[in-house]
Amino acid sequence: MFRESIKMSWNNIINNKMRSFLTVLGIVIGVSSIIALITIVQGATNSITSEISKLGADKITIQAMGTPLKSGLNESDLEQISKVEYIKGASPTVSGNSSIVYNDTVIENIAVQGKNEVYFKTESENLGSGRGINIVDVENETPVAVVGSEIAKEFFLGENPIGKEILIKNRTYTIIGLLKPTSGFAMGSTNDVVMIPYTSAMKSLGIGSITSVDAYMDNPEESDTIMESLNGVLSESFNYREDAFSVFNMQDMLDTVSNITGMMSLLLAGIASISLLVGGIGIMNMMLVSVTERTSEIGLRKALGAEPGSIQMQFLIESIVLCLFGGAIGFLLGVGIAFIASIAIGFELSLTYTTVLIAIGFSAFIGVVFGLTPARKASKLNPIDALRHT
Amino acid sequence: MKEILNMKKIVKTYILGGEAQIVLNEVDLKVYEGEFLSILGPSGSGKSTLMNIIGCLDVPTKGNYVLAGQNVADLNEKELARIRNREIGFVFQSFQLLPRLTALENVELPMIYSNISSKLRRKKALEILERVSLSDKTKNYPNQLSGGQQQRVAIARSIVTEPTILLADEPTGALDQKTGLDIMKLFKDLNKEGRTIIMITHDTNIANYSNRIVKILDGKLTEEQKDNEIKVLRRDVGISV
Repeated sequence: MFRESIKMSWNNIINNKMRSFLTVLGIVIGVSSIIALITIVQGATNSITSEISKLGADKITIQAMGTPLKSGLNESDLEQISKVEYIKGASPTVSGNSSIVYNDTVIENIAVQGKNEVYFKTESENLGSGRGINIVDVENETPVAVVGSEIAKEFFLGENPIGKEILIKNRTYTIIGLLKPTSGFAMGSTNDVVMIPYTSAMKSLGIGSITSVDAYMDNPEESDTIMESLNGVLSESFNYREDAFSVFNMQDMLDTVSNITGMMSLLLAGIASISLLVGGIGIMNMMLVSVTERTSEIGLRKALGAEPGSIQMQFLIESIVLCLFGGAIGFLLGVGIAFIASIAIGFELSLTYTTVLIAIGFSAFIGVVFGLTPARKASKLNPIDALRHT
Repeated sequence: MKEILNMKKIVKTYILGGEAQIVLNEVDLKVYEGEFLSILGPSGSGKSTLMNIIGCLDVPTKGNYVLAGQNVADLNEKELARIRNREIGFVFQSFQLLPRLTALENVELPMIYSNISSKLRRKKALEILERVSLSDKTKNYPNQLSGGQQQRVAIARSIVTEPTILLADEPTGALDQKTGLDIMKLFKDLNKEGRTIIMITHDTNIANYSNRIVKILDGKLTEEQKDNEIKVLRRDVGISV
């Protein structure tokens, strides 16, 4: 019975090729735009989040604005932060600008960042060659520097910079390491930076306190607890002035991004589903025409013993087959569009089972919703009137 | 003889323009197994309405109708569909074959609704098509068949479920005389094989093929002619079956 219905539906679609095609076009456009939008937004989201993850999803950034009495964090605060549970280390960033001299070349206004050994231990993948700043350098305020890739290019023009000496604020620093070039993302790029031990930086740049600290988590799952503890430590340190500091979690930013893109894809899918609605109305129209055309067939089937339920089933299946057919074409078309977009925009195409299920689900749903009225109409026809209708 | 159809005081009224019209007026009818009955009447006599009620396409307004031991006067649509499927085989004036199905598929159609497996459907349909001498046309579509062949496909379809009654509505109405006679011979043969046939017609010559005739006029069954009387009539008009 079921198989016959599917076969009959398929025959009807084939026998009315042009009409079926035009009717199904609405579904094709609707499904393809939903699939394309979801896939494109998903792909773009994936590439944005992976960029953000590179900056460190296990990192909590603390910014200290300070109070009139205490302008920022000090060594003991740093120690307190390191002692918080699930924190494996804290890396301060002391930044300032300075002109840098190598041989006779002077470049003004270079970002100089004071770092400690924690940064080079936890983000060791950033170091291209040489060594990072270690704990001895920090404690002894050793005049050593690690330079970014752009700086290395500007000063040394392809020569190996390690072992060379540069002048920062009239003090000679020996270059011990070279940072890897980072991606073009503006935030957190270290291409144009010179890193020196933060103790040296505070002294030579004349900075009294630390205003930025990155705390690294052992277990990002526990980020809520960690954030709470950090807030406790910091508010105590700043005499309970909550506006003296801010704590910022990369994971939160990731969540925000995925929230925004999720909302965006919902919004776009909502717009696309309007075309599905229009497509559904087309299906309903065609099915109503089909019921009228086949009135005598319905009458005959009833005379031969078809129950109202099986007539309804037959027309419903026909509408679903029609919609699934459109949905399949729409799916392929949508994936095709997303594929072209992925090449044009430059992200990785991500096709999930959810997308496939959405395509199947939406088209079957449209088939049922818009096929029901015509199918009910067919099932309720009076066999005598229907047979007389030729 | 086994009684297979018993109608008692069947009344059918239609409301037309706010006025009740009596189409069937207390019709009593009994049919026994193996009979070939003609219901003869002019158009407007109520014979189509009677056929619809016999065929369970319609229900009477009043009265009692027992078909194959089941009271069908007050069944719902679903139950009527089941009765039509099992107890009645319809043959229509205009054949009513589905144009997009082959002869074989058309014959299989009623068996789909009685949930017979596709293998068995095919087997039975082929057997029946052979019985109506159409073994070589099973793959043809209706528009590739002559009128007589189409009607034979329709007859095959009507008997493939082995119904209690074969119900034919002007089966020769759309055929030329010679083909019509062939069809009537087929009916006669099927009746000899034991099938109960009820035929509705306005044509006395056609009715004479049956072995019992009831006449209907203005919604009332009037006159019965038994087999021996019809034999005399048949001899008079030169029918030789």
